[in-house]
Amino acid sequence: MYLGRVIGTIWATRKYEAVNGYKMQFVQPVNADLKASGDPFVALDTVGAGPGEIVYYVTSCEAVIPLDVDMAPVDASIVGIVDSLYSVS
Amino acid sequence: MILGRVIGTVWSTRKDEYLVGAKFLIVRQLDLDYKPKENFVVAVDSVGAGVGEVVLVAQGSSARQTTFTRNKPIDAVIMAIVDKLDISVKEQLAGMVEE
Repeated sequence: MYLGRVIGTIWATRKYEAVNGYKMQFVQPVNADLKASGDPFVALDTVGAGPGEIVYYVTSCEAVIPLDVDMAPVDASIVGIVDSLYSVS
Repeated sequence: MILGRVIGTVWSTRKDEYLVGAKFLIVRQLDLDYKPKENFVVAVDSVGAGVGEVVLVAQGSSARQTTFTRNKPIDAVIMAIVDKLDISVKEQLAGMVEE
């Protein structure tokens, strides 16, 4: 999993039907100091994160596991919202 | 998924037999302000996207997770056509200030 910050939302009515009902959020990957590190991308939100929140997300075909369908073309899913972060980097 | 705009189509008759019937679209990646970036990808269309439309592309093995692309040599699939994009946390992005 990686850390990210939710920076925006995508609306799409015409989409693959298995992803219906899930919010699509724009995520900016961040490092342990919450500084931007990497290009923003779109992830399916399975936990209801709000804009600005720090989340962690899973990529590749594991991103389909949190969904209640067994097949969906999703390569990134937000699976948790961070309450607090302690790092000694 | 990556945000992109469909800029063209690929036709090919000599291809892997599994790819017969696939519609290949060229998608150029966009940044948050819809400005085109350098990279592009050839993706299989699964939602009826047309040239010029802003779409989302799923890449890697997740691209095989549709009824059409299952067990086929495909690693990029267009899975949504974007109606609206709302970037609400842009001003914080510059400094990435911890609120």
